[in-house]
Amino acid sequence: MASSKRKMNRRTALAEAARMTGAVCLGGFSLAALIQSTAKADARAMRPPGAQPEADFLSACVRCGLCVQACPYGTLSLAEWGQEPPVGTPFFTPREVPCYMCRDVPCARACPTGALDSTIAIRDAEMGVAVLVGHEDCLNYKGMNCSICVRVCPIRGDAITLEPGEANGRAIMIPTVHSDHCTGCGTCEKHCVTGHASIRVLPRDLGLGGQGRNRAGRAT
Amino acid sequence: MIGWWISDSRRLGVQAHGLLRAHKWWLLRRISQLSVLGLFVLGPMAGIWIARGNFAASEIGGVVTLGDPYIVVQSLFGGSVPALPVAGGALIVLLFYLVVGGRVYCGWVCPVNVVTDAAHWLREKTGLTRDRKLDRRTRLAILGSTLVASVLTGTIAWEFVNPVSLLQRAFISGIGFGWAIILAVFLLDLFVSRRAWCSHLCPVGAFYGLVGKGAVVRVSAANRDACTDCGACFTICPEPHVIVPALKGNESPVILSGDCQNCGGCIDACPVDVFRVSTRWNRPAGRGGQA
Repeated sequence: MASSKRKMNRRTALAEAARMTGAVCLGGFSLAALIQSTAKADARAMRPPGAQPEADFLSACVRCGLCVQACPYGTLSLAEWGQEPPVGTPFFTPREVPCYMCRDVPCARACPTGALDSTIAIRDAEMGVAVLVGHEDCLNYKGMNCSICVRVCPIRGDAITLEPGEANGRAIMIPTVHSDHCTGCGTCEKHCVTGHASIRVLPRDLGLGGQGRNRAGRAT
Repeated sequence: MIGWWISDSRRLGVQAHGLLRAHKWWLLRRISQLSVLGLFVLGPMAGIWIARGNFAASEIGGVVTLGDPYIVVQSLFGGSVPALPVAGGALIVLLFYLVVGGRVYCGWVCPVNVVTDAAHWLREKTGLTRDRKLDRRTRLAILGSTLVASVLTGTIAWEFVNPVSLLQRAFISGIGFGWAIILAVFLLDLFVSRRAWCSHLCPVGAFYGLVGKGAVVRVSAANRDACTDCGACFTICPEPHVIVPALKGNESPVILSGDCQNCGGCIDACPVDVFRVSTRWNRPAGRGGQA
C-alpha cells in the first residue's frame, strides 16, 4: 500500500480502494475458513440450559463468563484453547460435573446477551438428551438391578424409567429415557458405575432418532 | 546514575526530571491495567465480587452491565441482535472512550499492551532494531476482515483468535494452549517489526482508533517552541506519526489523530516539558496558530 501522504488523484484513489477491498476479502475469507474448521460444537460438551441453537449461539455469546460465575456448583467453564467447543464459549462435561438443575437457573438469568434464554424454566431446558449407549456393559442388561441412573435422575419417574424387557431369555429391567422430559442435565452419566458411562448425554440432534422417514437416497 | 534497564527514549527525561517523574504516566498506566484486570480476578480468586464477567461483558457491583462495543458490532454483523443489557453496556463503554480517547483502551486497559511493551523494551536492549516495515493501515483491513468473516460464518469472528480476549481470560478463567498466540505476538514484536501488533495489526486497536477520532481528552504539544529536537518523544511513542503535525506543524499543537493512545509516553520522555494533557479544543493563547 502506498503512503497516505502521496498526492491522490482519482486513479490512485480507486486503485487504493481496490487494494483495500482485496485485502479485506483475503482476510475475511481466511478467517471465515479458519472458523468453519473449528466452530463445530463437540458432542461431549454441553451448553448451559436455555442456550440458543449452536448457529445462533455463536453470534450472540460474547464469551464473558457471567453464566460460569453464576453457577453455584462450578459446572460450567469457558472453553480454553484446545478444548472441544469454540474457544471462550461456556460448556460443561456431564461426566465430570453435571448440571444440578437449579430452580432459578442462575446461569441463564446472568446472561446479558440473549445467548441463553433468561426466561427459561429449568424443566424445559434442552441441553441434550440421555442415551443408553452401552448395552453390552449396562448392569441392568446383564440382569442385575443397578438402576443407578433411574434413581439419581432429578426428574425421577419421568425422564428415565425401568421398562421390562428380555435378554438372553431372562427378564431384565431396561433403563429407558423419555426425551420429552429429559433435559440432558447429565446426572445419570455422572453416576453411571461402568468405566466410561453406559448412559451418556448427547446433543439432541445426535441422540434422537427424529420423526418422519429417511428421505436420503429415495425418489420422492 | 542511570540504570541500564532504563529505555533509551527515557534517558533525557530521567536526567532532567528524575526517575519517578520520567515514569509517571508509565506507572499510572501499569496501575490502571493491573487494577482493571485485578477487579475481575478478585472474584474467582478471592471471592470478592466487585466485578463479574470479563472484558467482553461484565456486571459491576451487581448494578451496571458493561459490554465490549467491538464484540457487539461483530455480533450484529454475525446476524444476532444483542439483548438490551449488553447493548446498553457497550454503548456506555463506547461513550466513555469517545470522551477519554478510543485507544486509551490500548494504553490503559489492554493486557496485551504489557506484553508488547516488554517485547519493545527487550528489542531495544538486545539491539534487534532491524525493522521490517508494516503498513499501519493493515489493521483497518483486518478490522474489515473480521466483520466480513462475521457475516460469512454467522459468528463473532475475531473472538476465535483475539489475543486480547485470550490473555484477559487467562487470568480470569483459563487460556489453555492459547499461550502460544500470546507468545506469537511477543515474538512478532521482538523479532519482526517495531510495535508490530498494537500499532499495525490489531483490529481491536483499529476499532478504538476510529472511536477516538473525535476524542475530547488529548495530549497537546503546548510548549512546542521549547522543543530541542532530541527525538525522545518519537522513539517512545507507539504511533510516532501522530506527533508530527502537532509538534512540527503550524496548526493546532493538539495531537488529534485517533491513533494516539493518550499513554503519556511523550510527557514522560520530554526533557523540556513540551507536552501536557489537554482537550482537543485547547489552544494556548499567543501560541499554536503562528508559531
